[in-house]
Amino acid sequence: MYARETRVLPGFGLSLGYTLIYLSLIVLIPISAVFIKTFEMTLDEFWAAVASPRVVASYKLTFGASLLAAAINVVFGSLLAWAITRYTFPGRKLVDALIDLPFALPTAVAGIALTAIYAKNGWLGQFLEPLGIKIAFGPPGVLVALVFIGLPFVVRTIQPVLEDLDAEYEEAAASLGASRWQAVTRIVAPALLPPLLTGFALAFARAVGEYGSVIFIAGNIPMVSEITPLMIITKLEQYDYRGATAIASVMLVISFLLLLIVNGLQSWSSKRTGRTV
Amino acid sequence: MSAVAIAASPQSGGASRFERNAATRDAPWVKALVIGVGLTFFLIFLLLPLIAVFLEAFRKGVDTYFASLVEPDALSAIRLTLLAAAIAVPLNLVFGISAAWAIAKFNFPGKQFLITLIDLPFSVSPVVAGLIYVLVFGLQGWFGEWLHVHDIKIVFAVPAIVLATVFVTFPFIARELIPLMQAQGRDEEEAAISLGASGLQTFWRVTIPNVKWALLYGVILTNARAMGEFGAVSVVSGHIRGETNTMPLHVEILYNEYQFAAAFAVASLLALLALVTLALKTYVEWRVAHPSTSETV
Repeated sequence: MYARETRVLPGFGLSLGYTLIYLSLIVLIPISAVFIKTFEMTLDEFWAAVASPRVVASYKLTFGASLLAAAINVVFGSLLAWAITRYTFPGRKLVDALIDLPFALPTAVAGIALTAIYAKNGWLGQFLEPLGIKIAFGPPGVLVALVFIGLPFVVRTIQPVLEDLDAEYEEAAASLGASRWQAVTRIVAPALLPPLLTGFALAFARAVGEYGSVIFIAGNIPMVSEITPLMIITKLEQYDYRGATAIASVMLVISFLLLLIVNGLQSWSSKRTGRTV
Repeated sequence: MSAVAIAASPQSGGASRFERNAATRDAPWVKALVIGVGLTFFLIFLLLPLIAVFLEAFRKGVDTYFASLVEPDALSAIRLTLLAAAIAVPLNLVFGISAAWAIAKFNFPGKQFLITLIDLPFSVSPVVAGLIYVLVFGLQGWFGEWLHVHDIKIVFAVPAIVLATVFVTFPFIARELIPLMQAQGRDEEEAAISLGASGLQTFWRVTIPNVKWALLYGVILTNARAMGEFGAVSVVSGHIRGETNTMPLHVEILYNEYQFAAAFAVASLLALLALVTLALKTYVEWRVAHPSTSETV
């Protein structure tokens, strides 16, 4: 059916051809190297690399901290998105602009800044450590870094939906005698569910692969505060290329799955809200 | 998967429209609570790290600050960062326009899958992004033997740094352009063609003016991410001082050597770049929302 359509505009073959070649050279062929190298390994060798206790401990930390960070961002991200779209207050435009900071700030810069804040003698650390709250150089530090990098994903998926949500529905609810709480929980909240889930998945996907901001604050203690991307680096530094590749293949499969989930959520979200993201 | 794409949403009235309307107005204590909790979170998690970068950078005084920026290793890191961005941005610009043209202006099977593949580099861990080029070009890799025999260095040298940078910034321009050009459709281009314009004329006079702001933001974002990439570049760089260190890698080395003020001084340049990027983004969004004001094409 596609071939039958008359194409008025030129350049289809050239643009699609170039797109596919460039995509293959830069992305697809290099990524396939991970899987091809992995298939050269024996099953035992693969299993020894991806299921050693130290690596399994890194999965637990990476996925646990990423889930928790995404959940924290859903809560505070929706509050921030609500404040920015629904209320006027001084500095609102500035807050709105700076929400994207974690997206634009290099991860290494974020990492050393967060460490300066949460280390024992740091800006906040000096007050938290006497209270027995130790954040830097342990799993809580990983969590703080992942919260930082995930925030814009949640806010920026909820914000356009909140802006587009017509006041009519809330007006109708109010005129029919609903309380403000009922209007928000029964009308606004269901509309926000798809973008909330999308934002959660985006923040989670970003957190799982994150390296730069975590590495400075984590302390990188084996079995305690090593993240999975660091395990790849560690194997590479020991010239264990096969081990690094095996772990990378696990991470790639998880990235693919998350990408599919996010795409599914986004198409569901745009159907529900009638807007294309 | 571009969560931070520009949305040309109607900002008219903005937040006040909800506050004027009795049905959408929240009780004052609710408003105070939401703003209070939201802003506290914002201050602690976003603003504080940003302020920390600049204050720590100047902790040892202005002289140390500027001395850390002009020492030879820092300058060579700045040069390499600029070089990597100068190659990655144009490459991904041409790709982004080409992909957006194919996807937005034509129908073909597998289009959605292609969009997903373009998003792929965004969801791959930067460490894995670096590793893939080691597997292809490293000594143990596919072309390792051949490259070694011909004395061509790619991994632990500048070419791999550029490649890794291209990979991590791959989708940004395409993801800015595709939704916008899909929304604009192809009516205007078809009209131009049927009135006798050539393909190139149509592209330069119709398509590009329609997407210029999104294109500009895509370039700015790609540039910021190219200059700031750490994980992917770290894997392929080899950390040779004065040769294969980019600015973020230089920050790491200084930091690990406990030269904190110098590390934060170089970091502050990158933070400044991030702030300029956000300012330009805000400006571009404003232009998209107010297309008619003083438009001179």
